[in-house]
Amino acid sequence: MTWTSIFIAGILTYFTRMSMVTLIRKEMISDNLRKILNYVPSVVFPSIIFPGVLLDDFGTFVSISDPKIFGALTALVIGFFTRNVILTIVSGLSSYWIVIFVF
Amino acid sequence: MRSKYEIFKIGIKDVAPHLLSVFPFGIIFGAIGIELGFSPLFTYATSLIIFGGASQIVFLQLLSGGASSLIAITSVGVINSRHFLYGAVLSEYLQKLSLIKKLLISYLIVDQGFAVSNQYFKKNPTEEFNHYHLIGSGIILWFIWQVSTIMGIYLGSIVPEELGLKFAIPLTFIAIIVNELRKFDHVLVMLVSGLAATFFYNAPFKTYIIISPLIGLFAAMVINKLKK
Repeated sequence: MTWTSIFIAGILTYFTRMSMVTLIRKEMISDNLRKILNYVPSVVFPSIIFPGVLLDDFGTFVSISDPKIFGALTALVIGFFTRNVILTIVSGLSSYWIVIFVF
Repeated sequence: MRSKYEIFKIGIKDVAPHLLSVFPFGIIFGAIGIELGFSPLFTYATSLIIFGGASQIVFLQLLSGGASSLIAITSVGVINSRHFLYGAVLSEYLQKLSLIKKLLISYLIVDQGFAVSNQYFKKNPTEEFNHYHLIGSGIILWFIWQVSTIMGIYLGSIVPEELGLKFAIPLTFIAIIVNELRKFDHVLVMLVSGLAATFFYNAPFKTYIIISPLIGLFAAMVINKLKK
């Protein structure tokens, strides 16, 4: 029963991955649509980041002094100026830990 | 013109920093599966068959909480529906490939790989073998995910919960989009989708994860109309 559900969930997930890659051809994408598709990273990732930072595990708002908010802001500033992925992640994590363990 | 192998290696190199967050997340996932009472084989099978981090956690949590398989499967489908958008973006660069190759590469499409390979494709749209970038980034992500899941299953919670390493996931995504903050229209679109996600977070079946990007794309459409 549950094994069947893993396979169905797997097939469903695989379908979300392969469908557009196999179905869409260049001719089907107008210039306007291409412009909009340019925004895909800018709409998907914030949809994961915002709740991940602003909400706790139960879906309620964290306080403004929450270490996650401090960590995310640090990562944003460091990432913006250094354009370095490792520095962004490391600075975000370490500032988050400093707030948790030092203060 | 770069060779296949060179591009493959660039793909691995470009996605490598993100392994910083994927690796602990995989360990956390493996440990959660066992804690929830699933067998090692069952927990690992989700990493191989579903291969989608957040959706696997939700899947196991729902099943262990007594939800029906239908609800668990639907939630996985909804959470992973964002791949439709990734596929639509990537289709243009993968079009030249045979159907078989498209079907194989599709299995490797995940968030971080999509993000870094899409950036490479945009910079090198005419490279003959540019799809090897996606293969490189995808294979290393796949490999690390499998290994870290197994480590989590057998070593348990070697990652102390107090470290809050789940937070590395939003951070890796911040690193992905931080460069787009230089463009005002992108900043607007990010705010719209991010706030929408926060607002719809408690909507059933985790639908916020696809509703909010669609709201964001609509905002992008409006912004582009206004710019003209």
